[in-house]
Amino acid sequence: MSSRLQITFFTIFLSTIGIAITLYKGMVLGIPFTPDETTSIYRLGAKISFQAKDEPIKISFAIPSNQNGIKILSEETASQGYGYNIASTEQGKRAEWTKREAQGEQSIFYSVDVVMDSHHKVKIPNELPSDKIEENLDEWDSQTRDAAETLLAEVYSHSADDYSFTSELLKRVNQEKSSQLLSLVKSKDSYRLEKIVYKLLRHKGIHVRIVNALKLEGNRRNLTLKPYLEVYDGTQWQLFSLKKGKVLKPKTLFIWQRGGMSLLDSFGTREAQVKFSITKRLVPIKDMVLEDSLAKKSILIDLSLFALPTSEQNAFRHILLIPIGALVVVFIRILIGLRTSGTFMPILLALAFMETKLVTGLILFVSIVGVGLVIRSYLSHLNLLLVARISSVVIVVIGIMSIFSIVSYKLGINEALTITFFPMIILAWTIERMSILWEEEGAKEVYLQGGGSLFVAVLAYFAMSNELIAYLSFNFSELLLVVLSIIILLGRYSGYRLFELVRFKQVKEF
Amino acid sequence: MFGFQFISPRQLREKGILGMNRRNIHYIGRHNDRKNFPLVDNKLKTKQIAQEAGIAVPSMIATIQNQSEIKHLERLLVGVNGFVIKPAHGSAGKGILVIVGREGNHFIKPNGERLTLKEIQKDISGILSGLYSLGGKYDIAMIESLVEFDPIFDNYSYEGVPDIRVVVYRGFPAMAMLRCSTKESDGKANLHQGAVGVGIDLATGKPINAVQHDRTVTIHPDTKHNFSQLKIPHWEKLLPLSASCYDITQLGYLGVDIVLDKNLGPLILELNARPGLAIQIANREGSVPRFELIDKQAMDLSVEERVKFSIENFGK
Repeated sequence: MSSRLQITFFTIFLSTIGIAITLYKGMVLGIPFTPDETTSIYRLGAKISFQAKDEPIKISFAIPSNQNGIKILSEETASQGYGYNIASTEQGKRAEWTKREAQGEQSIFYSVDVVMDSHHKVKIPNELPSDKIEENLDEWDSQTRDAAETLLAEVYSHSADDYSFTSELLKRVNQEKSSQLLSLVKSKDSYRLEKIVYKLLRHKGIHVRIVNALKLEGNRRNLTLKPYLEVYDGTQWQLFSLKKGKVLKPKTLFIWQRGGMSLLDSFGTREAQVKFSITKRLVPIKDMVLEDSLAKKSILIDLSLFALPTSEQNAFRHILLIPIGALVVVFIRILIGLRTSGTFMPILLALAFMETKLVTGLILFVSIVGVGLVIRSYLSHLNLLLVARISSVVIVVIGIMSIFSIVSYKLGINEALTITFFPMIILAWTIERMSILWEEEGAKEVYLQGGGSLFVAVLAYFAMSNELIAYLSFNFSELLLVVLSIIILLGRYSGYRLFELVRFKQVKEF
Repeated sequence: MFGFQFISPRQLREKGILGMNRRNIHYIGRHNDRKNFPLVDNKLKTKQIAQEAGIAVPSMIATIQNQSEIKHLERLLVGVNGFVIKPAHGSAGKGILVIVGREGNHFIKPNGERLTLKEIQKDISGILSGLYSLGGKYDIAMIESLVEFDPIFDNYSYEGVPDIRVVVYRGFPAMAMLRCSTKESDGKANLHQGAVGVGIDLATGKPINAVQHDRTVTIHPDTKHNFSQLKIPHWEKLLPLSASCYDITQLGYLGVDIVLDKNLGPLILELNARPGLAIQIANREGSVPRFELIDKQAMDLSVEERVKFSIENFGK
C-alpha cells in the first residue's frame, strides 16, 4: 500500500503547488481567470503650446504622482530639441523643458497612461508648504469683508465640522443669495471661485488646498484641469467639487496637481497655454498585469513563459495544449475503454484540426487516409521491409497532399490548402497501422479503431480549442501540475471501464 | 436483446470479474517483471528454457538466423514431411507457414496449395528481415515439427489450430478454456477475432460454457457441433504442464497455450504475459476470487501440490 500512499501524497503535493501558484497569480498579481476581462487604460495627454520669443526657453509644468485608486502605468513626453528634466519640489513633481533658442509656434507633449485600480494605495502628502500661508481678508474692502464675515458666521451656525462647513459654504456660494459677495469680490479681483472659497476657508482656519483634476471619461479633447478643494479634518482628506460639494466617488477623478503652485510656468515664451486630452482604450487585464509584473521583475512572471520572446510564447501556446489532449485520451482509454489506433495519434490529429478547422480537417484526413490505404494495399503485395514500406507511404502521403492542394486550389477551395498542417509521418503511420489492422483483423476493426481515434481527436479538438482552456493552460501553466496529478491518479484507476459494463453484461446471468 | 445493456460495476465486483485496468495494475504490473517478458515474447527462448526444464514442446527441426543459411534449407528438411516455419517474434499467428506434406519437389499447405522450395526460402527471408516482428526488428525463423492435432477437436474447429489456454496465476492453474477457430476468425484462435472460447472445468476437463464475441453459444457456428459433448483428453497431464511454465518464466500472471498432439499428448505452443479477460465469460465466473484464494497460499509449493490445490478448489 505504500505506493498508493506515495501517489496520494505526490498528487496532493503537485496539485497543491499548482493551485497555490494559480491563486497567487490570480489574486495577488491580478491576472484574470478568464480571457475576456478587459480594463480601460486612459491616456491623459497635455499639449503645451506657445510662441517662442527667440530667447532661451524654460517651461516648468506640474506633472502628476500616483494616487489612491488610480495607477500611473507609464509617462511619455515628446518635445523635439528640448532638454527634459523632472524636478521634485515640495509641491510635487514638475517636468522642465529647456532650449537655448527656438522660433515660432512650439508644442510640447506630455502624457501619462493611467488605469483605475482600487487596490492601488499611496500616501497623500499631508502638509504642503503653501498650507502654512496665513490667509486674511485684508486685501478686500470693508464692505466685501463684512459680507464675507456675515456669510461665514451664517455658515458656521449651520454646520457641525470642517466638512459640513465646507459643504454649506459651497452651497451658499453657488446660490443666488450669496451672489452679492461674489460680485463684490469679482468686481475688485480677478479671483476665481475656488480661490475665493479657499480664502474664506483658510480665513476660518480650515485646513484646505486646491487640487486640479481631470475626470476620466471617454475620449475628450481641449480640456482644462478642473479645480477641486481638498479639506483635511485632522484624520483624512476629503475632496469637494465647487459646484456639487462633497465628492463621494473620487474614483474617476485623476488629480494632476496639488497645492497652490502654478500648473505651467514659462520663460521666453508668449501665449503659453496647456490643453489636455483623454483617450480611452480597452486592453485585456492580463496584458496590463503582465507588463506591470515583468517591469517589476516579479519572480513568478519573470521566470515564466511570459519572459520568452513572442514567437516562442506562441509555440508554447500550442505545446501546452498537448497535456489537455493527453488528458482526454487517458480519460477515454482508461475510464471509457474506447480503442484508438495509436495512443497519441488523436492528439496530433486534434492539433492539426485546430489549424484546418474541424470539418475541413475531418474531410481531408479521411480522404488522405482513404487514398493512402488503397495505395498501401498495393505496396503490401510487393512484400517490402517495414522501414522501406513506411518510407514509401510517407512519400505517397506527400504526393496525395500535393495533388489535393493543387486540385483544390485550382477549383478555388482554399480551405483544402490547410492540408499541410497534417503531420505527414503520423498520417503515414496511421495508414500503415490501419492497413495492417485491415489485413489481420478485418475492415470492421479498422472502422472501429479509426472511428474511435477520430472521435477522441474531435473530443480533444473541442477541449483544446476551448478559449478558456487555451487561455488557462498558457497563462496559468502551473495548472499543468494539476493535469499531471489527475493523469497519475487515473493511471492507478483499477475499476471497470465503461465499455466493460457492456462487454460483461452477460455476467448478470452467472 | 438489442442495443446497449449495462451491468452495474457493483454487480461486476460482486461476481469477481477482472477488468482491464485492474489486470494491468494489479496482476501484470505487480506479478510480471518486465525483464522476464522477452522469455515469452521470443518463442525461441521460450522453447529453449522449456526444453531445458523438460517441458513438452513441439520439437525443433532447425533455426535460421541469417540470410546466408537459407540456402541450406533443403538439407535441413531432408526426411521431414510436415513442418511449421514461424518467426520467433511474431504475434497473433502472423508469418506462420504450415506444410503438411510433400509431393515431389512441392510442399503442400493445409489448404492444398503447393509451394516450391524457392517460395519457402523467400518467406523465410521475409521473416529474417523483420516482416512480422514488432517494429521491424531482425528476426529468427524457427522450423518446428508439425503437430499432429488430436482428431478429437476436428468437430470443433474450422480450418485452424485449436488450443487450450490456461491462465496460471503465481504457479497455480486458475482458469482454462479451449479456443476453437471459426470461419470468422480466419482459422485463428484469438477470441477477439471471432474464435469460440469454451470454458473448461479444471477438475474434469469438461466444458462449462462456450462464448463467441463475449456471448454464449451452444454449437460451433461453422461445424454445428454441440460443445457440451466435448471432453479434453490428457487433462491430468495438461495442468501440471501449464503450472510448470511459471517456474521457468517467473511470470505470475501467465497465459499458457497448449496443443494436443495425437501421439505426444499436450505440448506447450506459446506463452503469453498479457492473457485476456474473455476466459471469465467462457467459465461463467470471475477470476478475482480465485486469484485472491491463491494469494493466500504458500509460495513454495511444488507443481503437483499447486495443481492439486487448483483441482480441489476450482473444480465444479
